[in-house]
Amino acid sequence: MLLAVGSLAVMGVALGGILGAAARFLAVEENPLEEELKAMLPGSQCGQCGFVGCGQAAAALARGEAPVTLCPPGGKAVVEALAKKLGVTADLSEHEEKLPEHAYIIEDLCIGCTRCIRECSVDAILGANKLMHAVITDVCHGCKKCVPVCPTDAIIMKPIEVTVGTWHWSKPEAAQPVVH
Amino acid sequence: MSIVTSKSGPFTHAASSVQKTMTLVLLALAPATLFNLYLFGWPAILLFIVTVGACVAVEAGALSLGGRPVKSTLLDGSAVLTGWLLVMSLPPWAPWWVGVLAAVFAVGLAKHAFGGIGQNVFNPAMVGRTVLLISFPVVMTAWVAPHPLFSADAPSLMDAFSITFGGNMPDAMSAASALGHVKTELSRGIPVSESMAQVPNLFDMAVGYRAGSMGETSALLILAGGLFLMARKVISWHIPFTLMATVFLMGTLFNAVNPERFASGLFHLMSGATFLGAFFIATDYVTSPVSKLGQIVFAVGCGIMVWIIRTFAGYPEGMAFAVLFMNALTPIIDQYTRPRLFGRTRKGEPLPLKGDN
Amino acid sequence: MKLFPIRGGIHPDYRKETTCEKAIVAMPMPSALHIPLQQHIGAPAEALVKAGDTVKKGQLIARSQGAISAPQHAPTSGTVVAVTDETAPHPSGLPQATIVIEPDGKDEWAELPAPIADPFAADAQTIANRVAESGIVGMGGAAFPSAVKLNLGSRHKLDTLLLNGAECEPYLSCDDRVMREHADEVIDGARIMAHALGTPNIVIGIEQNKPQAIEAMTKAAATFSNVTVVGVPVQYPMGSERHLVQAITGRETPARKLTADIGVVVHNVATARAVQQAVRFGRPLLGRVVTVGGGAMREPMNVDTLVGTRVSDLINFCGGFASQPARMVNGGPMMGQPLPSLEVPVVKGMSGILALTAAETNEHPVQACIRCGTCVTICPCGLVPVEMAAFIRKDHLDVAAKLGVMDCVSCGSCSWICPSHIPLVHYFNYAKGMLNAQDREKRKNDRVKTASEAHTLRLEKAAEAKRAADAARKAALNKSTPATSEEASA
Repeated sequence: MLLAVGSLAVMGVALGGILGAAARFLAVEENPLEEELKAMLPGSQCGQCGFVGCGQAAAALARGEAPVTLCPPGGKAVVEALAKKLGVTADLSEHEEKLPEHAYIIEDLCIGCTRCIRECSVDAILGANKLMHAVITDVCHGCKKCVPVCPTDAIIMKPIEVTVGTWHWSKPEAAQPVVH
Repeated sequence: MSIVTSKSGPFTHAASSVQKTMTLVLLALAPATLFNLYLFGWPAILLFIVTVGACVAVEAGALSLGGRPVKSTLLDGSAVLTGWLLVMSLPPWAPWWVGVLAAVFAVGLAKHAFGGIGQNVFNPAMVGRTVLLISFPVVMTAWVAPHPLFSADAPSLMDAFSITFGGNMPDAMSAASALGHVKTELSRGIPVSESMAQVPNLFDMAVGYRAGSMGETSALLILAGGLFLMARKVISWHIPFTLMATVFLMGTLFNAVNPERFASGLFHLMSGATFLGAFFIATDYVTSPVSKLGQIVFAVGCGIMVWIIRTFAGYPEGMAFAVLFMNALTPIIDQYTRPRLFGRTRKGEPLPLKGDN
Repeated sequence: MKLFPIRGGIHPDYRKETTCEKAIVAMPMPSALHIPLQQHIGAPAEALVKAGDTVKKGQLIARSQGAISAPQHAPTSGTVVAVTDETAPHPSGLPQATIVIEPDGKDEWAELPAPIADPFAADAQTIANRVAESGIVGMGGAAFPSAVKLNLGSRHKLDTLLLNGAECEPYLSCDDRVMREHADEVIDGARIMAHALGTPNIVIGIEQNKPQAIEAMTKAAATFSNVTVVGVPVQYPMGSERHLVQAITGRETPARKLTADIGVVVHNVATARAVQQAVRFGRPLLGRVVTVGGGAMREPMNVDTLVGTRVSDLINFCGGFASQPARMVNGGPMMGQPLPSLEVPVVKGMSGILALTAAETNEHPVQACIRCGTCVTICPCGLVPVEMAAFIRKDHLDVAAKLGVMDCVSCGSCSWICPSHIPLVHYFNYAKGMLNAQDREKRKNDRVKTASEAHTLRLEKAAEAKRAADAARKAALNKSTPATSEEASA
């Protein structure tokens, strides 16, 4: 009896010690979680989350200091991916699901000041000084950073339209027997 | 005109429905049932009505408790089928409360506690029977020899009321089932080869003129019903054939090794609920695997379990236990017996092109 | 010829008898033609005409854009009324750029490209180019630009051109009629295509429920030793490209590969006829045979229709409805799509217009799954529909993808046979759409990421260049006025 208790206690202490030592000496320098989270974020450094860029946002997420719903351009898909990775339940009730949007420049109002071009972090706005600007909708990811800098309020956000090519069937209604 | 586009195709449908399937199964069961009702007389008829009625009542109660449509779901016929199969597995002269209690466990516990039709893991009828068998072993093994309707010693309708509702089972009338007899004799040290002499001959067993539950007797009529279901493509050969072949092979093999200890394959095949189990119990859609390969695995498992339980366990008949045991394995069998995808290997990789390696 | 079995399949009621014995009828000129710029898989065509232009029959009115695209031609002579957005013959009912032409009744031909005098002496590229500029797309329903499939010979080692005359969809008999009435043209077209592809063998697969078509085609093919007409078993979906290839050659096309990778190219019989017309006469694809059928049609028949004809005009031509249809279908009842409206045009890939009665559609409320496993048994792709649908219902699309939902060909067999009337294919169409959308989003995110990195890099480079320029200027200043610099340093 005593022998059993004793040997188990010794084993416990010894193995615990080894594990503790291993954790200290073999620790991975960089937080691998942070890298993985960063890969999930859009990576456009738009700054809408309040952090400087996606890297900082990922670090905050890894430390548990930011909610998984922090990324507006990422949409529901990113929220779910982050929640799955971090093992938390995403509170989507707060998260208003918006249809993906893109910026659109109203031609008549644009004065060609290039301020939006300088603001765009993905080079999605074409144009030059004194020339009308235009948004490449394929690259624009809807971060809205160009909207406030426009001196003439010529930039608006438009939902990305569903076309015959991108339309798909919606989910069939729940397979509950219909009441006769 | 208004055009509805809320639904994707196809815009035609086979003439198949759940009701139709259930009706076909009931139809297939009818000849064997009628013959057995005749064979065991009024008490059996009363028990049949009580059990099926109780199943329907429990189903209706569970549906309305769950806030689901009662009438349309009852019309799918699944509760009637469960009750029907259940009563086929009970001793024909069992008292009324056996049927009612079994119905509560079958439909209430095994079916609706799991979410209703299609959601149950275990075969409802077999759960009902097994719970009763374990709880009331004496009542559940009180078999009677056949007393055909209108024959001299058949109980009248009044006698039947007293048997079914009064619990006055006449002792002198009880008889052992063949499987039970062999097992009892074996436990008394009498080898199988000797005890076999006292069981009904194989022809009587096939026709059904012997003691046992309603579904256990009359293998031929059950077989006819099973073949009818196969002809109508309600079931396929995979489960019944594999199950019976497995039971037969196991029996024959071990009988060859030691005929004193092990009953023959043919005896295993013809006795007990082998036919009913193979054609009507193990083939239950909800609780058996969906792929053909899975069904074969499932049936082999059932066959082996039946033989093991009959031969080594405390109960003479093992079909119910075997099916329930394999029911528990159905999800995992399903997972490992998916068909090979078109253009892919079993592992799910695209097939290699000739020239590639 | 030895045939090979295919997995699963069903035997629906074929219901072809109301149309298959009647000769094809040409429809008179409608009052307006609406030609969508996208009638095919790939990029939409680009309009070359504007309102007010006059066009001649066969004139190019929209040119193809990109590698996978097809041009559009004026089906008759007349005036362009508008180039505008109109409801597409697509289940979404979304608008689509469409050229509207008002016929002038003269039906005057434009100058057509010269016929290719001896197609069997022409090189493959010439034929493929002619097919491309004639706007020919797969007429079996998928509407994939045919020229792209005629260029496969240059990159793949091909041995067989398989002409798909299975027409396994119930109701449809347009291919059957084309084979019966125009067998010589179909065979000629097939030989031209085989020449372009460089395939020594031509096999024509026709379901055995079309004995007259088999007979007509066999007769037309009799003089050509490399053409074989094969009656294939009546088993839906025999007309699925990959399954027909398997039934006839025994070869199974690997997932995510083309049939061309195993040496076979499949074209529809009506496509072969269109190719023949384009090569021999220089005629672009202006019309097609459409089966107008279903129990709610007064006079079901096969109609030779111009592309752009309104479906409502077509239905009126067939005597209108005998009863109120429960469903209007574009294509066959198994794989066809619901019509969003009757005011949509006939397009090149439209094989049928069906007005189905409630008795024919046999729709019932959905009941709970009883796990009967029939969907598993009949799935021609080896999928487990019951399991996939359960995961999709709970939106576990990743699991459904692992189970192979993207391999589903949407043949509809599982939905057709399901005793509980569960809309299995609808679940799979939904899952496929969602997974494709997710894929598009992921690709866009990758694009955004790359663009963002390029942007950062550009800014850094600009800053670097500026620093370098500043340093250079400073250095230059120092050189020109050493005294000042010495003073400064002192």
